[in-house]
Amino acid sequence: MSDAPLLELKDLSVTYRTRSGDAPVVRGVNLELRGARTLGLAGESGCGKTTLANAILRLLPPSTRVEGQVLLEGEDVYTMPPGRLRAVRWSEMAVIFQGALHSLNPVQKINKQIGEAIDLHHAAPRGATRQRVGELLEQVGLPARRGNEYPHQLSGGQRQRVMIAMALACDPAVLIADEPTTALDVMVQAQVLDLLQQLQRERNLAVLFITHDLSVLTSVCERLAVMYAGRIVEEGPSDVVFESPQHPYTRALAAAFPTIGDPTSRMRPSGLEGDPPDPQHLPTGCPFHLRCDVAEEQCRTLDVGLAPAGPDRLAACVKVGSPAAAGNP
Amino acid sequence: MTVAPPTARKTSGRAIVRARRRKAVAKVWATYRRSPQGMVGLVVLVVIVVLALAAPLLSSSKGLDVTYTSKNPQFAHPSLKFLFGTDDLGRSVWTLFIWGARISLFVGLAATIIAVGLGAGVGVIAGYAGGRTEAVLMRITEFFLVIPFIPFAVVLASVLHRSLTNIILVIGITSWPGTARLIRAQVLSVKERLYVDRSRALGAGHWHLVSRHILPNVMPLIFANLTLTVPIAILSESTLSFLGLGDPLRISWGVILQNAFQSDAVSLHAWWYYLAPGLGIIFVALAFTMCGRALEEVLDPRLKDI
Amino acid sequence: MSLRFVGRKVVGSILSLIAVIIFNFFLFRIVKSDPVGSLLRGRNVPPDVKARLRHQFGLDKSKIDQFWLYMRQTARGNLGVSIQSGRPVTEDIGNSLWPTIWLVGLSTVLSTIIGLLMGIKSAWQRNSWFDRLSTGVSMFTYATPDFFLGILLLAFFAFTLKLLPTGGIESPTGSTGGISHLIDQAKHLALPCLTLTIGYMGEYAIVMRSSLLEVMGEDFLKVARARGLRDALVRRRHAVPNAMLPTVTLVTLNLGFVLSGAIAVETVFSWPGLGQLTETAVHNQDFPLLQGLFLIFTAAVILANLVSDLLYGYLDPRVRVG
Repeated sequence: MSDAPLLELKDLSVTYRTRSGDAPVVRGVNLELRGARTLGLAGESGCGKTTLANAILRLLPPSTRVEGQVLLEGEDVYTMPPGRLRAVRWSEMAVIFQGALHSLNPVQKINKQIGEAIDLHHAAPRGATRQRVGELLEQVGLPARRGNEYPHQLSGGQRQRVMIAMALACDPAVLIADEPTTALDVMVQAQVLDLLQQLQRERNLAVLFITHDLSVLTSVCERLAVMYAGRIVEEGPSDVVFESPQHPYTRALAAAFPTIGDPTSRMRPSGLEGDPPDPQHLPTGCPFHLRCDVAEEQCRTLDVGLAPAGPDRLAACVKVGSPAAAGNP
Repeated sequence: MTVAPPTARKTSGRAIVRARRRKAVAKVWATYRRSPQGMVGLVVLVVIVVLALAAPLLSSSKGLDVTYTSKNPQFAHPSLKFLFGTDDLGRSVWTLFIWGARISLFVGLAATIIAVGLGAGVGVIAGYAGGRTEAVLMRITEFFLVIPFIPFAVVLASVLHRSLTNIILVIGITSWPGTARLIRAQVLSVKERLYVDRSRALGAGHWHLVSRHILPNVMPLIFANLTLTVPIAILSESTLSFLGLGDPLRISWGVILQNAFQSDAVSLHAWWYYLAPGLGIIFVALAFTMCGRALEEVLDPRLKDI
Repeated sequence: MSLRFVGRKVVGSILSLIAVIIFNFFLFRIVKSDPVGSLLRGRNVPPDVKARLRHQFGLDKSKIDQFWLYMRQTARGNLGVSIQSGRPVTEDIGNSLWPTIWLVGLSTVLSTIIGLLMGIKSAWQRNSWFDRLSTGVSMFTYATPDFFLGILLLAFFAFTLKLLPTGGIESPTGSTGGISHLIDQAKHLALPCLTLTIGYMGEYAIVMRSSLLEVMGEDFLKVARARGLRDALVRRRHAVPNAMLPTVTLVTLNLGFVLSGAIAVETVFSWPGLGQLTETAVHNQDFPLLQGLFLIFTAAVILANLVSDLLYGYLDPRVRVG
């Protein structure tokens, strides 16, 4: 396990070109994911995190403009020739998306879909594909015979397990999970999260876990980054960030979700007013100042970047470093 | 500051809804205007309709009567005197064209109104009533879906006499099932929506629910479907007339084509005779289709990118 | 695909067929309660001949008896005797069936292949010049009555260029067997087949295009690409099979209607198929033949519906419940 990051996003920006103008959905994101480590990325819907997930594997539509770098073991995904990109996809980096029903081909059996990835990357000796698919299904807690069924015949939780099995089919080093448990009910959510953690440990996977649910990230990830309006606004070890957030947005997110198992958290008022800003009409200064409960005069004009906010921590707020940042006015 | 009398407040509720509807229609028109295919289609339609309506002004109907045209040259090429040339009986094809336009358009519209009216009616009742009524109505709909319209028209024309009414009836009866299925599906999805339940909880009667909630949501679809059914009706009429099943006393574009074909205009290279009515049919059908598609785009913006 | 699914569909089709057969009976008797009388109206036929004809067609019995006679005969495959030819209706129809099936079958195969390919390329290269051209052409052909297209092609290829024959299924001079006969038939088939092919390919192209565009928005294509699949393979293995579903069912459904829709085109090219038979039947007010033809045309639609349903069940596993 080298110390250099396995996956590194350097100043990554993604702009959608639309009929009514450009929409900068991701603006200068820097992230690092090291081998066998877990990094969580949190934010509301619309903050650009799914675009980010798509950008990492170069899955964005042609009408987007991407700037910056996505370095996989030092190699920029965006300068790879198409053959190399296809080889790298899945065998080194795999993705799990939200809503597995739409991530699976409805008219193909599960076996065939998982098998396709294996055959493509020669992840199993010839003739042993079926066997390997069966093994993968069992590793995610599904009986091997379910592979002979169609996606619509499985429940939501089972389909998500299939997606996980498929993602692991070629033994990647990096796994990107974009809202893998959001569409599931609470019980199944916990099961799938447990499974992910178990697999991560067993296979020494580097995982980038993307979700809007901060409480989930604290139990699954070592480090945590918070995204708002296309930018990272806070980053650090997940327990520390969750317990004493330095950015007002992180504070609001943490308050919005009761910690599973903690009865007192249910009593806290939750919810943040307003909507995330439209990428085509970003507010001046700090993009969060319109919804911020401790915003100052300067926040309207000063667009502050990430600054050190403690040991191994970064936050993008003018109040960083001062006692006021802890939420005490 | 004056306080509005209580009676004004009671009627203003309905007035608000009406104003809202008017604004919605204006918005639809504004969006429609931006669609190039919609505007082109509309212009072509207006031109042809104006031509058809103005037929008596443009060319006397006597031109259709063979007794008046016997002195004209037969199969004359298009010229200044005869814009579209003449047919095998010396009649001006231009006269035939604009008078034929009236019948073709009339049949197309009338048959469509019957088809869409019947179809939408069945669709709304089936979708709203549900249960037994829906099952029975859908069975009937499926039955009529399998009746192909040419054989049906052939049979009716031989059993009854050939007339405009029968043509309109045949096209209407064979076209309504498609609309019925479409409208029923829409009604079902509208029914799902919460406010219908809320309205029912408030004690609203069936008629109120249908007219105030279901119909307004289904109307746009009915309208779009109407625009797309007209070209089918016009094409059907032309085919039936071409096969000799039309009203023998009337001229429509299909009848002109039949006459042209049977009088050997093809082998005699009298291209103006069959080109005019044929192109007329194509342009009208295209224009309606373009308007219909533009309308669909307006009502469902997702389609614009497709 | 379960037997129950197939069974249910087949039973449904049979019920529809029976309903049509009953409908057919009443259709011919709604106004004319005396077809023989109206047929021979105006002609100087002695009343006993009329009576004999009536007896021959079973019209002297009561309505109910007529109905059961009709049902029994139809069940046995006896569709009556043609007034004009004197031959059993089934025989007349049988003789005219093959030319129509040839024409409709070949043109359906061609229009489906061309239409699908056009639609796929249009969707994959949305808004390219190809897409715009092909959509324009499709809309134009959809708005064109197929018999008019036939007239134009006839005028151009047969009369102006004199390349192809002007009608019929083969040359009257009757070529000697073998290759020259085949070429002769092919030449005669060319124009009507071309007419129907152009007439329908536009519709298939448009449907394939829009259904492929819908599928292209689906996530599973993105995941397929994420798995390292080449674009062409993503299209071929995942996008197109899903997009084919509505197109294939449309094509199959259409088959039933194309059979009767070809009547007008057959007329233009004097093609000796069911179309021509229908024309002469109308001309001669040959009710038994018309009744039989109506049954055949409608049965074709019912059969096409059945095949389409079963095909859809075979292709889309989500539909095969029960």
